[in-house]
Amino acid sequence: MKARALVATLILALLAPAAAAGEQASLTEIEKQVMCPVCGTLLQLAESPQAQRERVFINRLIDEGRSEAEIKDALVAEYGDEVLALPPDSGFSLSAYVVPIVALLVAAVALAIGVLRWRRAGGGSGSDKPGARPAGPSERDSERLDADLARYDL
Amino acid sequence: MIAVLGVLAVVGLLVFGLAIKGGSGLEVGDPVPTSALPELEGGGSQSLADYRGRWVLVNFWASWCEPCRAEAPALEKFQRQHRGPGFAVLGIDTRDLSGDGRDFVREYGLSYPQLRDGNGGAAHDYGTTGVPETFLVDPKGKLRLHFPGPVSEETLESSVAPLLPEGKS
Repeated sequence: MKARALVATLILALLAPAAAAGEQASLTEIEKQVMCPVCGTLLQLAESPQAQRERVFINRLIDEGRSEAEIKDALVAEYGDEVLALPPDSGFSLSAYVVPIVALLVAAVALAIGVLRWRRAGGGSGSDKPGARPAGPSERDSERLDADLARYDL
Repeated sequence: MIAVLGVLAVVGLLVFGLAIKGGSGLEVGDPVPTSALPELEGGGSQSLADYRGRWVLVNFWASWCEPCRAEAPALEKFQRQHRGPGFAVLGIDTRDLSGDGRDFVREYGLSYPQLRDGNGGAAHDYGTTGVPETFLVDPKGKLRLHFPGPVSEETLESSVAPLLPEGKS
């Protein structure tokens, strides 16, 4: 039992630094999440002098051991919220996430109401009963059809 | 009715987005924006309204911009020759890292006030299309001259100096 506990402790001790190293920020990952403010593109795609300075800035913070979130905060402090590829989920920027969902819900409700009204008005089949067959022509229409056909010598 | 409201809401948001993103180029004679900006060094802030009553040469620049490096000595020389109660040069470091901006100021020995426009909001309000761009603002806060691109000593002496109050600069 003691041996098992010792092995488990050793494994955890060996894995801990690896896990910590995995959390280290990387330029490649951050480049996908931030913009080059001058170019108006993802930093990943930018090659302007400003983009190069931004990379130097990020690399310096990585070397200082800052986390990804801390580096993004530092970029926001320098360039404002616009430097983030995705807007923050707070304040007015929250509307970027909420508005499409609300718009989708409103559209779905409007569509549902429209379909219900259409069905109540007897749209399509002319009957509310599911699977009902289309109604035939009225008696008056049948008489008119017979009269029209009678004029032709078929 | 709900669908119509939904469509109106989406159209409204689109119009709002275009309105806040759209360009707003200044014309000569227009009042210039006076939003306060933080100083590049120190914790204070300044606005162009603080300079009302003086001619101000507003220069947008960035440390990563090579033409800005080329024109910096000319701006410094011009302000040393003409500064006074009736005239000032004001630098605005735009879309730049503050550390790089401070290094730039030290490298060229710029002695005039420098403000910081990290997100480019002020540059947008002035309708700039890049850096460097320079604007001469009259004592009433209206745009008198606009120089898109780098300025030279000759340009400043021939275009700006004659407008400055005689004997005060």
